[in-house]
Amino acid sequence: MRNLTWRAGAVAAVLVTALAACGGDPATTEGTTSGGGGNTIKVGLLHSLSGTMAISEVTVRDAELLAIEEINKAGGVLGKQLEPVVEDGASDWPTFAEKADKLISQDKVATVFGGWTSASRKAMLPVFEKRKALLWYPVQYEGLESSPYIFYTGATTNQQIIPGLDYLKEQGKTKLFLVGSDYVFPRTANKIIKAYAAANGMEILGEEYTPLGHTEYGTLTNKVVQAKPDAVFNTLNGDSNVAFFKQLKGAGVTAESMPVLSVSVAEEEVTGIGVDNIVGHPVAWNYYQTTDTPANTKFVEAFKAKYGANKVTSDPMEAGYNAVYLWAEAVKKAGSTDVEAVKKAAGGIALERPEGLVTIDGETQHMYKTARIGIIQPDGLIKEVWNSGEPIKPDPYLKTYPWAGGLAS
Amino acid sequence: MEGFLNQLPIGLSIGAVLLLIALGLTFTFGQMGVINMAHGEFIMAGAYTAFLLQDWAGRSAVLVALPVAFVVAGLMGLLLERSVVRFFYGRPLDTLLLTWGVSLVLQQLARDLFGAPNVQVLSPEWLQGAVGPLPYNRLFIMVLAVGSVVAIWAYMNRSAQGRRMQAVMQNRQLAATSGINTGRVDQRTFFIGSGLAGIAGVGLTLIGPVGPTLGTYYIVDAFLVVVAGGLGQLRGAVIAAVALGLLNSYAEFWTNASLAKVIVFAVIIAFLQFRPQGLFVLRSRALT
Repeated sequence: MRNLTWRAGAVAAVLVTALAACGGDPATTEGTTSGGGGNTIKVGLLHSLSGTMAISEVTVRDAELLAIEEINKAGGVLGKQLEPVVEDGASDWPTFAEKADKLISQDKVATVFGGWTSASRKAMLPVFEKRKALLWYPVQYEGLESSPYIFYTGATTNQQIIPGLDYLKEQGKTKLFLVGSDYVFPRTANKIIKAYAAANGMEILGEEYTPLGHTEYGTLTNKVVQAKPDAVFNTLNGDSNVAFFKQLKGAGVTAESMPVLSVSVAEEEVTGIGVDNIVGHPVAWNYYQTTDTPANTKFVEAFKAKYGANKVTSDPMEAGYNAVYLWAEAVKKAGSTDVEAVKKAAGGIALERPEGLVTIDGETQHMYKTARIGIIQPDGLIKEVWNSGEPIKPDPYLKTYPWAGGLAS
Repeated sequence: MEGFLNQLPIGLSIGAVLLLIALGLTFTFGQMGVINMAHGEFIMAGAYTAFLLQDWAGRSAVLVALPVAFVVAGLMGLLLERSVVRFFYGRPLDTLLLTWGVSLVLQQLARDLFGAPNVQVLSPEWLQGAVGPLPYNRLFIMVLAVGSVVAIWAYMNRSAQGRRMQAVMQNRQLAATSGINTGRVDQRTFFIGSGLAGIAGVGLTLIGPVGPTLGTYYIVDAFLVVVAGGLGQLRGAVIAAVALGLLNSYAEFWTNASLAKVIVFAVIIAFLQFRPQGLFVLRSRALT
């Protein structure tokens, strides 16, 4: 009997201690995070780690983690280590908004690096504007946007689509067929392409859209072949590219007979499409794994060392990698992680990045970037055949192009 | 005009793809009333089988992979049936939720095993080229679809096992009282139905992406064919697949891909108003 009481007492004591420990836990965590005190600065990484977009976004997160690791090794920012808080947007746009809110208000991160699709960015935009927090968005997009709380480290249209058209024009390809996925980026891009074509004596023979995730391109291939264009301008996104190129090759279309210029196919996608099916076709970006700069040699080496020798680097990955460095530079310049201070400090920051010199345009919060056209090689890498010579000033609303009047409205 | 004529073989080949992905579902859904949302992931398993066999079979992996994928996907189906589905017979809506969960798990599994990006499956050299508007790889898929239908037809009508399968399909209780082990028949049906998905997966590597979300691109179309064709009806599935393929082909030719999808859905909805049971109805005296 006595023995039993003793045991019960012991159990109760253990329980009480455990409960006390539990209760104490949240208090201590709060202590280290509030106001960004402590020895670390939290930054949020918000990409789709599951669902249909995971295919692309996971690699951007990897590149951002690499940048954080490198910055930490070099001593961190303002003497503090960066601590990544990774969230999954799950390829679902409301989830992006919800997770962005969680990162800002609960984790109290200093900034967020995230997004891929324009839909996810548009979903997050009001959250960042309302909370007055910062988002770094790393993917080329359709332009016509300039939120005061977003920095755009990928290309806007005048740094990718217009140079792509310049290249086709130089090659004497004047009859184009437009193929794209059915959402905001391809539709806006094609609006710009049509305005450009009208002003430059080019002819648009057809314009076709397929739903995201579409895999049946027999009919569309037939339409393209029948129209006999000089080239195809391809704004398909995601897995549709695989089906499109496989079925185009099946129909006997080659890069010589009808080049297909893509703006959403990078090194990462080439393997999935099958090098065989896409070799020789041109793509338009600002960065390739083969881009010859000292910073790129370092980036490619570090990426392969961390994630495996068979991994490739691509434009959005590089833009994500840059975003972390550009933000860190702005924080150093501002001397604080305060959003308004960082924004003010960011304008004019210029860094030698893997793609060459990148300068933040303070007014639009886009980057000066060099446009590069590349040809897909038999080894799956992309070789540059044309570039704009110097970084192009970002012009998201195409104000400096007379033919583009009326597009922004 | 040439474009118009080209759409005929293209429509037939779309029909072949639809038939291939829906064939297995005709059995699992048709016979057993299991709304198997994981059917798409069995297709994916078939595609990844072709990818894995590439290492030693080279570019002809597609051929070698056909029987292997049948067994791999079949065993996955059997495992699903034994481990969970069998506890949910007669509760189709529950199986929907359940197998949808399983499909998400399988997608994530594929992502962990093979990585999130699509993988490369090279098509054999002898499949490069085309007859008219029809590439050899699409012809190959048509042959595959016809071959699968013939094999299934022969199995169902010419073998004792197949006839037992039909008996269970028509009247489960009566079949059971006649001494047929319906549980065994269910397992076999699930094995074959899932195995057919594996074969479809191998064929689809020729024209589509091979990645963790592959299954999601085909699952809805597969169900459309089965519902329009009538549950458990081989000829219903064949006719529905070909009709939907042609409809899709011409609707897209005259309008565009997004609108074609709308038209196909609208036609099917309208059709089901008149024939809610699909093209062919299984006539039986079972009291269900």
